[in-house]
Amino acid sequence: MASAPATASAEPILEVSGLYKHYPLTQGILFKKQVGSVKAVDGVDFTLRRGETLGIVGESGCGKSTVAKMLVNLERPTAGSIKYKGEDITKLSGRALKAVRRNIQMVFQDPYTSLNPRMTVGDIIGEPYDIHPEVAPKGDRRRRVRELLDVVGLNPEYINRYPHQFSGGQRQRIGIARGLALRPEVIVADEPVSALDVSVQAQVINLMDRLQNEFDLSYVFIAHDLSIVRHISDRVGVMYLGRIVEIGKDAEIYDHPTHPYTQALLSAVPVPDPEAREHRERIILAGDVPSPTNIPSGCRFRTRCWKAQERCAQEVPALVVPPHLRGRGGPEAHDSACHFAEAGSVMRSAPGQVVPTEAES
Amino acid sequence: MPDQSFQSEGAIAGTGMGGAMDLATSEAETLEKTAGGPAGTGPAGRPRSLWSDAWRDLRRNPVFIVSGLIILFLVFISLWPSAIASGSPLKCDLAKAQQGSGPGHPFGYDGQGCDVYTRTVYGARTSVAVGVCATLGVAILGSVLGALAGFFGGLGDSILSRITDVFFAIPVILGGLVLLSVVTSNSVWPVIGFIVLLGWPQISRIARGAVITAKQNDYVQAARALGASNSRLLLRHIAPNAIAPVIVVATIALGTYIALEATLSYLGVGLKPPSVSWGIDISAASPYIRNAPHALLWPSGALAITVLAFIMLGDAVRDALDPRLR
Repeated sequence: MASAPATASAEPILEVSGLYKHYPLTQGILFKKQVGSVKAVDGVDFTLRRGETLGIVGESGCGKSTVAKMLVNLERPTAGSIKYKGEDITKLSGRALKAVRRNIQMVFQDPYTSLNPRMTVGDIIGEPYDIHPEVAPKGDRRRRVRELLDVVGLNPEYINRYPHQFSGGQRQRIGIARGLALRPEVIVADEPVSALDVSVQAQVINLMDRLQNEFDLSYVFIAHDLSIVRHISDRVGVMYLGRIVEIGKDAEIYDHPTHPYTQALLSAVPVPDPEAREHRERIILAGDVPSPTNIPSGCRFRTRCWKAQERCAQEVPALVVPPHLRGRGGPEAHDSACHFAEAGSVMRSAPGQVVPTEAES
Repeated sequence: MPDQSFQSEGAIAGTGMGGAMDLATSEAETLEKTAGGPAGTGPAGRPRSLWSDAWRDLRRNPVFIVSGLIILFLVFISLWPSAIASGSPLKCDLAKAQQGSGPGHPFGYDGQGCDVYTRTVYGARTSVAVGVCATLGVAILGSVLGALAGFFGGLGDSILSRITDVFFAIPVILGGLVLLSVVTSNSVWPVIGFIVLLGWPQISRIARGAVITAKQNDYVQAARALGASNSRLLLRHIAPNAIAPVIVVATIALGTYIALEATLSYLGVGLKPPSVSWGIDISAASPYIRNAPHALLWPSGALAITVLAFIMLGDAVRDALDPRLR
């Protein structure tokens, strides 16, 4: 079921370093004056290896989708680099950019708006070949489109239908087929199942899993559903307010989170077993996410963290293996941007300001 | 037939959702459904596109057929009015002024003693020429400028928006009196030019808004991520999804342009007699409406049918370009 685990030695296919995206806030009609900026993405680093699935989780507005758009070059970063096989793709344009686009494709969140309602399925999936005619000779395109429909589990006879004749899950399969048409190496999936029914979510996730093995794909899988991310990912990065605060293998993150934000996030995952639910304790964070126009100094999570101390306001914690955990090894020793990183499985009692679930209602 | 297959498809999808408790069953169901394929999908071998599907749809649409026949007839009598009207529209006999219909003169005579039937037939040329040419000019100029402004935005968009504001501020009648009074030519072209000049901002605004709405859709982003050029984005993705309001407004505007030509002619700055147009006849006949209503009703009726035909045509085309309505 789980995708083939990528070995740590596999070559990196995408290297993201120091990625920033700040949207300027301006005032004035004729003479625009910049009065600040929305720091949607504020220093993101990660590496995606060949054949691997990197999950990125985080709450709404933390910059996940902006990262996705920058990876497929729909947005230009303010600073930083995205290296595809060693080549920085953020500064490419024209022919070189078009060539790179062949290798990095995207699957969109909403299957209802991501397919042009006035194009047939055949035209939608075949469009990549119109844009990149060198991939498939003209006479071969229809056959390839039918093959792709078959690969994603749709009847090839549906080639002349329009998107509105399909259900949400089927539409998402069409979106995936379009993404696969150019045989990319990387697929960036921005919440690919969030808009679907739970039952259909599983089908689409399993399809993506199967395609990964079949086509040797690397995924950047963005979602806010923690259990789905765990199901498909080899590694998981947790984002908060434009930055990755913790990253590691899925078991490291889910069973041994060391960043307080990850612990709080995991404690909010619904538990299907009522017996276990009775005994589990939830971490309720105080306050709201700060505005991305005005990010707190030092550690950006300190305003809501129960562990926050003087040091957190002064020093920005680096995303590295915390020194005091480094020596011990084991699953706790993964990158975590916290001065006081500490293992604490959420299912056991978490330290600090812990509120029982009942107190919430 | 396509409607039927769509319904059965929806019904199957519905059960698929409902019985979704068991994932395996649901997936099997999906596969079965995809393998089965209801009848009526048509042969999958022949590629189909939006335009070929729209044409197939239009050919079977009675509204399109009726309005198309009316328009073809209008075009025919505009080109060869003598084919169905033997007399001359300028041969008038004051002695017969305001007389009702008689043998050989089914529509009767107008205030000048001219044959209303002949004048209505001959008037089609001017009115159809003004309506069609002005609408085409307005639609092309307005939608191209509006689409470019909406798609690229920025400084060009701001400048264009301010220019449309300026044009909106010009009163049509006053503008017509000022601009057309200096024109001495008694042809339809100055009138068409004037209507295009004042009419394009309306379409431009609508096209701009529709393009801005359409370009925010994910499918435009998806095409961009595939490496599509701006012209492909505009022509393949944005234009077909933004054209509906332009068609609707343009077909309604066609009627108002024919009426505007009549108004301008009435004021003496449009076409002048001896030109023949429905507008001239309507304005000439309106003082005698009590004595000779027929002189007003026939050209007005022709105008109404023409406008209606174009609106119906626009409606049918708009619907045919929306696959969701099939």
